[in-house]
Order: sequence, then C-alpha cells, then structure tokens
Amino acid sequence: MSERITLQVARYRPEKESEIQFESYELPCPKEWVVLDGLNHIKDRIDGTLSYRWSCRMGICGSCGMLVNGEPKLTCATFLADYAPGPVRVEPLRNFPVIRDLVVEIGDFMGKLARVKPWIVRDSEKPLSEGEYRQTPEELDNYKQFSMCINCMLCYSACPIYGLDPHFIGPAAIALAQRYNLDSRDQGAAERMQILSEHDGIWGCTFVGECTKVCPKHVDPAGAIQRYKLQAAMEWVKAFVLPRAAQ
Amino acid sequence: MTPNTAYTPYHPRWHRTRVSTYWWLARGSYFLFILRELSSLAVAWFVVYLLMLISAVSTGNDAYQQFLHWSGTPFALFMNIGSFVFVVLHAVTWFNLAPQAMVVKVGSKRVPGFLIAGSNYAGWVLVSIAIVAILFIQW
Amino acid sequence: MYIKRPIEPLLWLLFSAGGVMAALVMPMTLFLFGLAFPFGWLAPPTYDRLLAIVSNPLTRVILFVLCSLSLFHWAHRFRYTLYDGLQIKHLNEVINMVCYGGAVVGTLVAAYLLVTVP
Repeated sequence: MSERITLQVARYRPEKESEIQFESYELPCPKEWVVLDGLNHIKDRIDGTLSYRWSCRMGICGSCGMLVNGEPKLTCATFLADYAPGPVRVEPLRNFPVIRDLVVEIGDFMGKLARVKPWIVRDSEKPLSEGEYRQTPEELDNYKQFSMCINCMLCYSACPIYGLDPHFIGPAAIALAQRYNLDSRDQGAAERMQILSEHDGIWGCTFVGECTKVCPKHVDPAGAIQRYKLQAAMEWVKAFVLPRAAQ
Repeated sequence: MTPNTAYTPYHPRWHRTRVSTYWWLARGSYFLFILRELSSLAVAWFVVYLLMLISAVSTGNDAYQQFLHWSGTPFALFMNIGSFVFVVLHAVTWFNLAPQAMVVKVGSKRVPGFLIAGSNYAGWVLVSIAIVAILFIQW
Repeated sequence: MYIKRPIEPLLWLLFSAGGVMAALVMPMTLFLFGLAFPFGWLAPPTYDRLLAIVSNPLTRVILFVLCSLSLFHWAHRFRYTLYDGLQIKHLNEVINMVCYGGAVVGTLVAAYLLVTVP
C-alpha cells in the first residue's frame, strides 16, 4: 500500500492567467482518505490559495462534484487509495464555465431547475381542516428513486448533449420534473409538459445514458427522460385521437 | 446569479472550454454511443437492399438470379458484412436499453429489468425462427 | 395537456417503432440474404417460392411497414447524429429536409414496389 500519492490539480486564476494550469502536489495517502481529504490537506498544509466547494463530506449535499481522472465524481466519495500511487488528475466539472480553480458557475443549472417547477403544484389547495395529503407506499415508490437527486450536477458533466448545446435542459432537471409528475399529490404535469416539450427539453436527449452511469444516488435520469418521452408521445396520441377529452 | 461576464477587477472572466469536434473519441462509452447511432445507416442500407431484392423478384427469375449474383460481389459483401455487424449492434443495444425506457408493473410490483430485456431477446429469437421457417420449410 | 412542438412525439414514436422492427427482423434477414446465400452456406429459396411469399398481401404489408418505419428510424437517429457528432446544428432545416424527406421518398418507393409485385 503506497504511503504517498500525487495529485495533479487544475488551477485557474483569472487575475493572472487565461488558461487552466495543472499543479502537482504530493501528499500522504492513508487508506481511508478520499479525494476531498487530499484537497483539504493541500489547502491546509501546502497551498492555501486552492479554491473548491465542499460541505457535508458524506455524499448528500452535492457540493463537491469534480472530475477525477476525467470521470465526474463526488470527491467525498472517491477513495485516493483506489488510485495510488497516482498521479490523480482533479479538474473542475466539465461543461460548466470555471470561475476559479475547481469552482464552476452553476447558475445555468439553477435557472433550469426553477423552470421545471420542482415543487408540488396544485389546482386547489386542501384546507388545513381536511388534514394532510395521504400517500400509500406504492404511490411513494412511483417517484422515490427520482427524489434521491442531490443536485450534484455530475450528470450534466457526463452528458455530451449538454456539452454541445448548453440550452439543453439536462438530466437532473428532467428527473426532478418527473419526481413531481409521478407524485400522487401533484397536479402540475400539464404545466411541466409545456416546459419540457420544447426543443431544449426532453427531445434533445438521445439516450446516451452517461448521466445514469455517473449518478452517485442511482437516480437513473436517463430512464426518467425516456419514460417522459413515452408519456409525451402517449399524450400526443390521446390529443390526436380524442382532442376533446385531452382538453 | 445573473451571468454578468463583463470584466471587472472583482469579477474576472470565466473559463469556458470549447467542446472538440472529436469529443466522441475521448471516452469509450461516447465512442460506443456514436457507433450505436451510426447503426442507423446500416438500417437504411438494408432497406435499400431489400427494396432492390423486391424489385428483382417483381421483374422475373433472371433479375432475381442477377441480384443473387450481384450480392456476391465485393461491394455488396462489404456493405452487407458491415451492415450485419451494425444491425446486430443496434438490436443488442436496443434490447438492453428497453428496461430503462419502460416500467412494467404486475399488480404493484415492478418487473425486473432483466426480464424485460429477456423477453425482448426471446421475441427476437422467435421472429428469426419465423423468418427461416417462412423462407425454407415446405408447408 | 398542451404540448409544444407536437411533431416531435410523432417522430419519436416512428423512430421507436422503426427501431423495434429493425431490431427484430433485420439481423436474420440480412444474415440470410447478405451473407449466407452469397457465401453459399445455404441455398437461396427458389424464385417461385420467393415470389409466392412476397406477393402475399400480408407479406407486402409487413414489408412496407418494415421499410417505412426503418427509414424513419434512420432519419430521426441520423438527424441527431449530425447535430451532435458534427456540431452542425446551424444547418438545421437542411438536415431535417434530407433526413425526413429521404424517409418519405423511401416510403413512397417501397409502396410503389410492393404494390407492383405480380
């Protein structure tokens, strides 16, 4: 078991350079360390100017997504020992503009997320006196997988379509829309269909499937998107065949 | 978080990497994806080939024999061997992806993915047998 | 439900149906007519037999559906491959015309050929 490991970390300091540089850092490699531990060691002991995002360090906040040897990963869930003796290349998430070092601009995703209305949409609210909206375990199972999304954006990094066309609404946004569409308490499926049946919505997806491969929470956004396409197609058939009933 | 990209000392320029035209060579899974998408050309070629066969059959026995002879020429063999590989790639990737695209429920339990893929493969075998039967078995 | 761009679900349905038909039928058929018969591994069916099969109304319908849907499958998939693989989205209208137009032309040719089988 190697005692030390080399990290090649992407650096981008816009105030003094216009291209991304790589700097090598040699660190200890205890077997329980993850990449995030390595980055924290660099910042604490070697180079305090390194900038990166992290928070919970346990795979639930979605902050620490980066490319580790070209693969989108949560750095808090990727063990350094698996890559020993290295070198391990750590880069900011692909397909996003880089603000500084390993920090990317995520405004695009935040805007898209808000567009798909990821909340319960009701035509009419139940008065408080009538109690809560009840849901059976089967109804919960319908959408539970898609509710696991932690907005880490690894799927956007993996999706070549998003890389080629930043207008594409992207895997996580569609999976989260499905999470609410399939929720028995929600009545907003029509509103979301309006948004997602645009050209930069579901139809941009060509089912590459990379998003599902990199998702750390097994949300399967590719499956969500294909099912949504089928749903849209069924809605279209219904509207075509029974125009009045589909109003 | 408005994307204000004007350069100021306190809001420096973001770095955007251009996507290369050869992005699909960067990873094995991207390359396989593009091969899968290119299999549609093999599908289109087969339609052309099939229509040529039908046209030959309509014309007469000589045309049919000529077609069979032509199908042995290097060009036809090259197209057909390549297309066969790609058509099989299409079929395999299609059936393997089917479980992700549809959720089939029996009662309240979800049918596991390998059964959906398996039933697709079974259908493939049945149709293939049927084709051979129609062409060869003396009814 | 109000669907924006209502042509897309139709094109996707055609693509899916074409994909299923192509996946089920083409491998064996191409193996026989493209490899086995030319290489002499199997004797091809006699002319009379093949004519009898092809002139059957049910066969004609199946072959027409197979050809048409497969062409629309190609059109849809190839259109996206050109968008993404070659990054030439700006040639949008031209790509759509060539792909779906080609599928329509092929469908008409298939219809003509299958109707005129003796």
